[in-house]
Amino acid sequence: MSETPKMPVQSSPVLVPDAAGQGAAARSGSGAGPTGPAPAGPGPRRHGRSRLAAGKLPGWTPWAVGAGSLVLAAALVALAGFSIAGWLIVAAVIHVVAMYVTTLVGENRRRATNSLATHLIIGAFLIALIPLVSVLWTVVANGFHGFTAAGFFASDMKGISGLQDQKTAAGEQPLLGGIKHALIGTLVITLATTIMSVPIGLLTSIYLVEYSRDGWLAKIIRFFVDVMTGIPSIVAGLFAAGLTMIIMQTILGMPPGSNVMGFSAAIGLSVLMIPVVVRSTEEMLRVVPNELREASAALGVRKWRTTLQVVLPTAASGIASGVTLAIARVVGETAPILVTAGVALTTNWNLFKDWMMTLPVFIYRQLMNPTAPMAPGPSADRAWGAALTLILIVMILNLLARLVAKALAPKAGGR
Amino acid sequence: MSTTTASTRSELTSSSGRAGDKVFSGLTLAAGLIILVILAFVAGFLVLKAWPALVAPASEISTQTSFLSYVLPIMVGTLITAAIALLLATPVAIGVALFISHLAPARLAKPVGYVIDLLAAIPSVVFGAWGMMVLGPHMVGLYDWLHTYLGWIPLFGEPSTTGRTLLTASVVLAVMILPIITSLSREIFVQTPKLHEEAALALGATRWEMIRMSVLPFARPGLVSAVMLGLGRALGETMAVTLVLSAGPLTANLIGSGNQTIPSEIALNFPEAFGMRQNELIAAGLILFVITLLVNMLARWIVSRHKEFSGAN
Repeated sequence: MSETPKMPVQSSPVLVPDAAGQGAAARSGSGAGPTGPAPAGPGPRRHGRSRLAAGKLPGWTPWAVGAGSLVLAAALVALAGFSIAGWLIVAAVIHVVAMYVTTLVGENRRRATNSLATHLIIGAFLIALIPLVSVLWTVVANGFHGFTAAGFFASDMKGISGLQDQKTAAGEQPLLGGIKHALIGTLVITLATTIMSVPIGLLTSIYLVEYSRDGWLAKIIRFFVDVMTGIPSIVAGLFAAGLTMIIMQTILGMPPGSNVMGFSAAIGLSVLMIPVVVRSTEEMLRVVPNELREASAALGVRKWRTTLQVVLPTAASGIASGVTLAIARVVGETAPILVTAGVALTTNWNLFKDWMMTLPVFIYRQLMNPTAPMAPGPSADRAWGAALTLILIVMILNLLARLVAKALAPKAGGR
Repeated sequence: MSTTTASTRSELTSSSGRAGDKVFSGLTLAAGLIILVILAFVAGFLVLKAWPALVAPASEISTQTSFLSYVLPIMVGTLITAAIALLLATPVAIGVALFISHLAPARLAKPVGYVIDLLAAIPSVVFGAWGMMVLGPHMVGLYDWLHTYLGWIPLFGEPSTTGRTLLTASVVLAVMILPIITSLSREIFVQTPKLHEEAALALGATRWEMIRMSVLPFARPGLVSAVMLGLGRALGETMAVTLVLSAGPLTANLIGSGNQTIPSEIALNFPEAFGMRQNELIAAGLILFVITLLVNMLARWIVSRHKEFSGAN
């Protein structure tokens, strides 16, 4: 897309680069568009441009209108009590309307519509940034206290009562309790989920790409994998809870409640993780060049060996990064764990027995049911500290995925 | 495995290589079938556990009414929340996608894409906490204003003082489905045939006219399915609603407390539920499952149909 606007300008200016020039002028931010430097140029160049750009506003129009809107908005907002957010919003609205009117008067209706649409699209992007910045800022600002509290990562919630928290809130003692149990639960459950999901997902995508020959079964599997990506996480949790309940109580005859364990949560999370792994791996296997398979086959290598030692290593970087992204998604899931592994206050390493805590559930519980209902401050501190930890984990996993994809990528330029 | 090259030759004739092929292809097929079995199990177990609640007499249901009148209000709540989220998210998401694919300079487009993907990486519980502690209180002023000036519309009744309302929950959901719709529509927008775009520009179209005449018509079916996938996500999203909404009976008032969604109802009550209550909640989950399944299947079907005829270009 990027080269489209430049092309007519470079090739022959006689083509009247209406759209191209206009587009660049409307992109007020980039300034370096083809029309940008021209007005300043003296002599014949200026003359040549003015013929082409007849009936067009000069390149600095958006800046002038923008400055005018800011001043006008400041005056308007000052009447009703000044605030920076209100000022910027009013200025943006005035700028968009003023640009429309200016272009309508100075150029024509079509270009005015173009300017309006351009501004709205850029506005949509800026609106989308607001929640992202706000969420990240909130988590860092609120989470800092809990995150840096002594022993936050080394202690669990054992023995932390409402009384303790009230003392903390009154400033008599530092923030006690921590997220050790939640960290360990997250680690164990995520590990179990990965161990279950990756082989199934990987083998399925190998079937889809290497063996199925795109038959009816492959079509069905692909369709239902797509459908599976849309299963609500709470339904996956209910399924896991129901399944383990039937296995443990009805089939194995264990007492009620024996299905509350980390492993049930891992089953629920697997339902969410498998389709993600299949989709990303399938895409990666598909881009492995067919010449590699053919060369291997020509050397007389069996298909399964070709797959394991030629196709998979070639796609390894993409697969690894896809799996990492899938883990990052599963780490943040709350609902399936809430209905399966329940909650716990103490550290539990055993995947197959008793309640387990994970970071997302810890955040949820501390916010919804503070340890001390009268003094929710310490609980909120712990929740935001856990949220900061969780976001850091997810971000690091995402970054890792990108790095892995780059580091392990096969040399570009191959056939 | 490290001895491939040395042993390849002998394998050509040996039967172990052939067996390896059979075992391996069998394994991959089995994995594919396991996925189908899991999906069938999900449906099967939900039906099995939901059945007692579906056929139970009214007196055994927790609300002392029929199951239908228990589940209908939360179903409507789910649909309303998702619909508002969709209304808010779709225009912004399409704008962002157009910005990335057709407006931003090439140097900016990639980082912007990463930033939007970051939004998708933030766990839902964090969004929920943000909606509850930050967005909610900020919305109170707006709700008061809406009630004062538009109070005659039933949607804007008595405003909440905490901002923990259905509308706030919908805004949070909109933020959460924004990256999904954005990334899907971006993928479709960049597939627009270059020649169509250049032809439009060469005929003197402005950039917006080019987008309107060549990009949007090409992308329409894909956009529909992107929006529907966003809808599927919004319907099933649990934690954000659970944390943000202070739940209550179904009401038309969007800016006061009240209303409830199916996932949130399950998350709030399932950990303490037992007996028939558990069956009820699983039955509600079954209904949610069926709704999202239908929405997703429809969306995927549109995508697959679109794929076939876009290949002709």
